Amino acid sequence: MSSPCTTGPKLHVPAVPARPGEAPDFSYVRIAAAGEVGRPDPAVAVAETAPLAESLVRVLDETGQAVGSWNPRLSVDELLQGLRLMLLTRLFDERMQRAQRQGRITFYVRSLGEEAVSVAAAMALRETDMLFPSYRNQGLFMARGLPLIEMMSQLLSNSRDMCKGRQLPVMYHSAPRRLFSISGNLATQYPQAVGWAMAAAIKGTDDVAATWTGEGSTAAADFHHALTFAKVYKAPVILNVVNNQWAISTFQGYAGGEQRSFASRGPGIGLAGLRVDGNDFLAVHAATAWAAERARSGHGATVIELVTYRAGAHSTSDDPSRYRPREEFEYWPLGDPIERLKAHLLHLGVWDEARHAALAATIEEELAAAWREAARFGSMGEGPKLDPASMFEDVFKEVPEHLRVQRDALLAELAASSGARR
Amino acid sequence: MIARSMNMVQALNSAMDIMLARDPAVVLLGEDIGYFGGVFRVTDGLQKKFGAHRVLDTPIAEGGIVGAAIGMAVNGLRPVAEIQFADYIYPAYDQMVSELARLRYRSAAAFTAPLTIRTPCGGGIRGGQTHSQSPEGVFAHVSGLKVVMPSNPYDAKGLLIASIEDDDPVVFFEPKRLYNGPFDGEPDKPAQSWSGHPQGEVPEGYFTVPIGKAAVVRAGGALSIITYGTMVHVCLAAVEALGLDAEVVDVRSMVPLDTETLTASVSKTGRCLIVHEATGFAGFGAELVAQIQQRCFWHLEAPIARVAGWDTPYPHAFEWEYFPGKQRVMRAIERLMAEAA
Repeated sequence: MSSPCTTGPKLHVPAVPARPGEAPDFSYVRIAAAGEVGRPDPAVAVAETAPLAESLVRVLDETGQAVGSWNPRLSVDELLQGLRLMLLTRLFDERMQRAQRQGRITFYVRSLGEEAVSVAAAMALRETDMLFPSYRNQGLFMARGLPLIEMMSQLLSNSRDMCKGRQLPVMYHSAPRRLFSISGNLATQYPQAVGWAMAAAIKGTDDVAATWTGEGSTAAADFHHALTFAKVYKAPVILNVVNNQWAISTFQGYAGGEQRSFASRGPGIGLAGLRVDGNDFLAVHAATAWAAERARSGHGATVIELVTYRAGAHSTSDDPSRYRPREEFEYWPLGDPIERLKAHLLHLGVWDEARHAALAATIEEELAAAWREAARFGSMGEGPKLDPASMFEDVFKEVPEHLRVQRDALLAELAASSGARR
Repeated sequence: MIARSMNMVQALNSAMDIMLARDPAVVLLGEDIGYFGGVFRVTDGLQKKFGAHRVLDTPIAEGGIVGAAIGMAVNGLRPVAEIQFADYIYPAYDQMVSELARLRYRSAAAFTAPLTIRTPCGGGIRGGQTHSQSPEGVFAHVSGLKVVMPSNPYDAKGLLIASIEDDDPVVFFEPKRLYNGPFDGEPDKPAQSWSGHPQGEVPEGYFTVPIGKAAVVRAGGALSIITYGTMVHVCLAAVEALGLDAEVVDVRSMVPLDTETLTASVSKTGRCLIVHEATGFAGFGAELVAQIQQRCFWHLEAPIARVAGWDTPYPHAFEWEYFPGKQRVMRAIERLMAEAA
């Protein structure tokens, strides 16, 4: 290598605001006041969304009031349903995290602090709209009413597991509820959601597709493929970027978040873009409804950046105290989505602490009952177990000869080893 | 040279530490490798020691990592890229196959990219279908890529230094189940550590293990077991359990392949079992069969046998039914030994 030159530009390395032992610093998060940003007509030209892609769509203010033109004016029943689903998601996460720590399940991913992102979006869409989740979108499954026992059975890889033991925990799916199979690979679902939406347009239905990825995964080529295809074909799709600040240890600046929003990737390529307070249930609902209306009326896709914070670890295999201040979430300027919706309900005078505690207790009972029921179908450690021969099914529609031979070899092996144990 | 006990993670870390210090052209790049030190801690402390311009955290884009590393290499650096799991290498496949592997050839050596791509592979950690794959055969099939896989800390360090110094691109597979200790394929037994293992004694300084050389890890006359990675230890355990005088050969380098060592072993024993964790169909074992039967046909006393992962994706719940464990290897050895000469 030639000797280093001192006059040329230095390689820029994105700064990380705070590391362990340092004071949390969220001064980089650009925040608009609730109601500050106006809601344009969903058929508006892409260029007119450019300011919305850099500002922040917010409805709930610091006192729990819903303000401004983005207020979706939901009924009290809808608000309470949103609160219940977010609380259900959080308590489900807590319980499953404990189950992982106790060795009952092998792996878990919580969505702590990001519940509004999934729950509000699912509630703003039609049941016939197709969802392509990432692995931190369990709230979508909650909102679509997938029975808890089905989710828990998947986590346990038990005899009732929808994936027949083939997927890591949290990689759910539900074809009848239009929730696509979750992949452990990143952003792969993004162009697939666009393709699904293209097919809807080809078939002439008014279904919309929606997909989610983390801000870190916007670096993946699939993200860019998706935006280009969505732009070229005006696909009726909603492309959500959940900017929770951290991709394992990688700060959002390493995905290109410095000085430029992720939502602005939309207008940059010719798609509408909205930057939204992801911890504001009403803002997420309103933005999703806006994008759905835009897509359904043939005006194309929207990139929605949901600004939030990954309050928990990346997964049960991760320890975030190694790379960020432990108490960062307490300083997160957009607060906690459940607390904020609760404050709104308190402000409306339709909710109180006693009812909130009662709701949490009811959910805990529901979770405990579902867990007992799911456990009856076994776990990876305890029977009843799935049939190992099923491992060879679904590689292809028909089991080909070479896999039949391997299946028989495995069964003979298992018979011999259980014989040896007796 | 002073040797000390190292696990495979420490040995790999030591190799990169030494090369970063020896050669200012060496840079590391990958997801979570800098401040955090990598999800398996292989690059722990290196950014702190060598700076954020030598050890780069990257965006989550494997195609970007390899594409950028090619550009860096063309501009005089010697990058070591980490792909966090081999299961995530496919977005980089086009850059590896269409670009990296052929750059020297298509430019008649006007441009070259001395680049090492490290990636953890293999199962046994409850990782399911997205954290368990062994795609070495996919890359061994591509002309222009060297492909290696160590099975112990000593080889890991020596081969990684050799890979970084190599002027050709090297895909360096790390069997993650071996990071913290040898693994005989029995998950219910207490985990073993590398401490006390002869190959866990690793020189602290610079040394290399040459690419393209297999290692006879156990000498014997009854049969030859040709294997690599995690399966080296499973095969050794199977041989011990059977009390057989078997020879176990660790391939270590798929490309280039040390056919001389393999041929010598099988010509001597007359029986050959090939074992790998990756799916069997069109796997690297098929190449080994072809190479060995061509060279050893008149010495063979039985058809060459293979044990491999089943031809399905790696199932989460059936990890140990899928994994070609000790019992499966033992039965295959017994069948092979029962074949009439």
